[in-house]
Amino acid sequence: MLLINCPYCGERPEPEFVYGGQAHIARPAQPAGVEAQDWADYLYRRDNVRGVHAERWRHTRGCGRFFNALRDTTTDHFLATYKVGEPRPAAGGTR
Amino acid sequence: MIEGLRTGHGGQVDRGRPVHFQFDGRRYQGFAGDTLASALLANGVHLMGRSFKYHRPRGLLAAGPEEPNALVTVRRDAARVTPNLRATQVEIYEGLVAESQNRWPSLRFDVGAINDFFSPFIPAGFYYKTFMWPRRAWYSLYEPRIRAAAGLGTAPTLPDPDRYANRFAHCDVLVVGAGPAGLAAATAAAQAGARVILADEQAQAGGSLLSDAAGSSALIEGRPATQWLTQALAALTSNPRVTVLTRTTAFGYFPHNLVALSERITDHLATPSPDAPRERQWQVRAREVVIGAGAIERPLVFSGNDRPGILLAGAARTFLNRYGVLPGTRAVLVTADDAAYQAALDLQDAGVFIACIADTRAAGAAGERARAAGIPVLNDACVLATQGRRRVNAIELARRTDGGLAERQTQPCDLVLMSGGFTPSVHLHSQSRGKLDWSEALQVFLPGASPERCRSAGACRGVFGLEAAVGDGSAAGAAAARDALDPRRSGVDPGGAAGRASAQVAPAPAQSAGFSGALPVNGRVRGRAFVDWQNDVTSKDLALALREGFRSIEHVKRYTTTGMATDQGKTSNLNALGIVASALKRTPPQVGLTTFRMPYTPVTFGSFAGLQRGELFDPVRRTPMYDWAAARGAVFEDVGLWKRARYFPRSGEDMHAAVNRECRAARSGCGIFDASTLGKIEVVGPDAVTFMNRLYVNAWNSLAVGRCRYGILTRDDGFIYDDGVVARISDQVFHVTTTTGGAPRVLAMMEDYLQTEWNELKVWLTSTTEQWAVIAVQGPKARAVLEGLVDVDLAPAAFPHMSVARGHILGVPMRLFRVSFTGELGYEVNVPADFGRAVWEAIYERGQAHGMTPYGTEAMHVLRAEKGYIIVGQDTDGTVTPEDAGLSWAVGKSKPDYVGKRSLARPAMSAPERRQLVGLTTRDGAVVLEEGAQVLAQSGAPVPTRPLGFVTSSYFSANLGRSIAMGLVSGGRARTGQTLYVPTEHGEVAVEVTGTVFLDPKGERING
Repeated sequence: MLLINCPYCGERPEPEFVYGGQAHIARPAQPAGVEAQDWADYLYRRDNVRGVHAERWRHTRGCGRFFNALRDTTTDHFLATYKVGEPRPAAGGTR
Repeated sequence: MIEGLRTGHGGQVDRGRPVHFQFDGRRYQGFAGDTLASALLANGVHLMGRSFKYHRPRGLLAAGPEEPNALVTVRRDAARVTPNLRATQVEIYEGLVAESQNRWPSLRFDVGAINDFFSPFIPAGFYYKTFMWPRRAWYSLYEPRIRAAAGLGTAPTLPDPDRYANRFAHCDVLVVGAGPAGLAAATAAAQAGARVILADEQAQAGGSLLSDAAGSSALIEGRPATQWLTQALAALTSNPRVTVLTRTTAFGYFPHNLVALSERITDHLATPSPDAPRERQWQVRAREVVIGAGAIERPLVFSGNDRPGILLAGAARTFLNRYGVLPGTRAVLVTADDAAYQAALDLQDAGVFIACIADTRAAGAAGERARAAGIPVLNDACVLATQGRRRVNAIELARRTDGGLAERQTQPCDLVLMSGGFTPSVHLHSQSRGKLDWSEALQVFLPGASPERCRSAGACRGVFGLEAAVGDGSAAGAAAARDALDPRRSGVDPGGAAGRASAQVAPAPAQSAGFSGALPVNGRVRGRAFVDWQNDVTSKDLALALREGFRSIEHVKRYTTTGMATDQGKTSNLNALGIVASALKRTPPQVGLTTFRMPYTPVTFGSFAGLQRGELFDPVRRTPMYDWAAARGAVFEDVGLWKRARYFPRSGEDMHAAVNRECRAARSGCGIFDASTLGKIEVVGPDAVTFMNRLYVNAWNSLAVGRCRYGILTRDDGFIYDDGVVARISDQVFHVTTTTGGAPRVLAMMEDYLQTEWNELKVWLTSTTEQWAVIAVQGPKARAVLEGLVDVDLAPAAFPHMSVARGHILGVPMRLFRVSFTGELGYEVNVPADFGRAVWEAIYERGQAHGMTPYGTEAMHVLRAEKGYIIVGQDTDGTVTPEDAGLSWAVGKSKPDYVGKRSLARPAMSAPERRQLVGLTTRDGAVVLEEGAQVLAQSGAPVPTRPLGFVTSSYFSANLGRSIAMGLVSGGRARTGQTLYVPTEHGEVAVEVTGTVFLDPKGERING
């Protein structure tokens, strides 16, 4: 069971959270003008990282907020958690 | 007990407290403090089990959790039956009833032992190769028979009457194992001010110290070891910052320093208190973990090494010194390791005749000590065979010379001790995803770096010897406390963003490496040498697997089953690895180890279930009208967590009769239906309409205040996700309804887009599902029933279909919808949940003059299907677009974008062969199709064939006097009028493709 540092609430156990998939995938501003392949990539293509992965979590059973996290998939260490809209911190940074 | 098998004094048993117990129906006596294993040995019982595959007679191999043979079932009563317990871990109590396993009719005479005579014909992989034909027989015949003949204990059949507790705990330092290293670690950590939890699987703390002779000269920190143990334990138990847990196994290591402990609370008690839980599962989040798991002695792999009476040297020493039991009278020690000599010397002191020590190595200092004690030592020894059926009675030994054998001898004996050295218990470390480093010096794997904040101390990291282990434990405990209490640490921060390298300095080897693999023998080997006792895997089986081309140790494991079942290779892994490595001419680290998985020892299902069973398994959601419906004899169904009234049978009615009556009543007079479970989300804010425009497919700008619209939500892949009526309460307030099951995921999707894509929008979302009770009044008389009850003008012109109004009903504030999920004139009265029951009863009362009938979800389904209204998740399956479902009229086509629009513009989304929702009418109206049945283009199509689609909804419609069905059919709407075929178990049914509206196609009834 992971221990996750919600940027709004602090450290809470994993059952309070719902995983939200890869982070920093912005919905195209004008979907109508997006080429089919690019749209398919947006919908379906995700990285399968061995190492540091930027991902979304939602503190569903807490504050309800979405936030982003950097997690090392080989160790499950969280390198950082940060609010929506904030840039991805440099990998390997400490919180 | 048999006189002479119990020493007169010493050990941890209480000779003043005899305890009576049964094993396989016979009564025996032991002492308080005995395990089932030690008590049986004291009664001269060595035969305790039959092996897994060959049903060979087996006795004890070990004295602890690694025991592979003596698996027993403990039966407290008909329901309290626990199979597969290690007799070495079962504490006896007055009246204990235990049974051996895997034998029939009895342990001494076991019919299955015939397998042993056929053993040359049933090597590894035999079952895979032999029982291949006919294929179907594997499931019906072969597998059930094989499972019955090969096996472990039988699972209990009655519900478990015991209670299981769970607890979450936090601490600075968790110490696993209360042996010398663990006690020293806990002491050092506690002295540094840390909050400590110390857990040990045994009934008493002390670990290896419990196996020392009473008069042992061992010193710790200058004190006799027993005194040190007493004092250390006293200091720890009296420290309020320390929790000492015995009978508690740390069975799993999970990310971020979460360690799961299984505490057994009542299993050792003759009369457990009914208030006490049987077990308690702990989830401990520790800032630092110190693992002091010790080491497990390795058996030696020689021919005939599995007879009862052949056991690990350290186990014999434990039975003698801890339990005061003599495991035999005339012993031979076979060893590849110095430590085992102590067992021979202790047994000799207790009066056991040591016939010979066979050391596989060249002469050394340990041998000199034994010779000085008068014990003959045979060096460069090998074992040729052993003799004896239910108990060993002789061992054939020889000295290996260059290419030959010398000093061949047959030693009569009733006890053979063996030791191949010690394997550090790296299970927990490995579960922490810690690396394992091969130690050339010790020829074992030792804990390497771990991503978790854990350290190993003592024998489990190769630090052998009492003084060294205590010193190592002390250092680890102090370091763990220092790191745990470091003020620079924020929060619990278990993973450690900095990724502290937890690799410790490799210990200096304190003793010889022992031996792993098959003991070398010069000349031809007779008989079988077992590697894995529990799974009956021999060295030949491993060699066979390699000959057949298996190379990966993981594949070898699965093919031969070595290292599986309850002991998880605790005694066998390293020997198997040695055999494989030597056969492949590789080093052990090149071959690698199989993965250590949790649990370390078996854990009961009850302990995982905890209190989440029966009533507490899941929350139950009930609507305000639940009790009313229950009092009327409603039959309920589970919809998600909700209990919904399915139908209201009158006396003598079955479901069909009740549903038919309810359906007719809703169309002829009026029906009342509890729609409170519908999901409801209040979308509020200046940008609410923009938000709704971006999310739902519909055009919302044109929805006037006081009006409702059927809304469809697709995901960005264009497929229908949810639907429901959306009402515009005011310019900035939308009352959105969702499906009953979809409410949480719709709200989650709304929040996702609002928070992460469009956080510039000023919108607030609130779940109001449980705030509103919803009473649907449906049917031609609906208006007549509500008129006079509500302060809203219900005249058709003032309040037409798809209207919403705020008002009051009987003085209760209300949101009144004029909507219909039946195709009849209908209203949905939303009142605050607390008033739901009272308003419901008032409406029902008023409705009696108009024949008002309550109807349930089953009638609701039929009524909506008569009108072709879809249910998301029943008539759609996550690959259905609005157009597929015949709902493209709802889509706001002129909107520049909405979630799903880009995907719906893909050419494939309008391909003519897409599955479309159509009506399917059987030729014979009495035939009701089965939902899920396939729809075929041709009659009598050969199997396999490609279906056109499948039936999604199918009912008997009392109002139409015939069956109706809908289905998703490829190119369905273009097939209108065609005949298709639905195979059923009663033969093929011809159906005609129709539209989906079966009743009132012009939609006139909705106007009343």
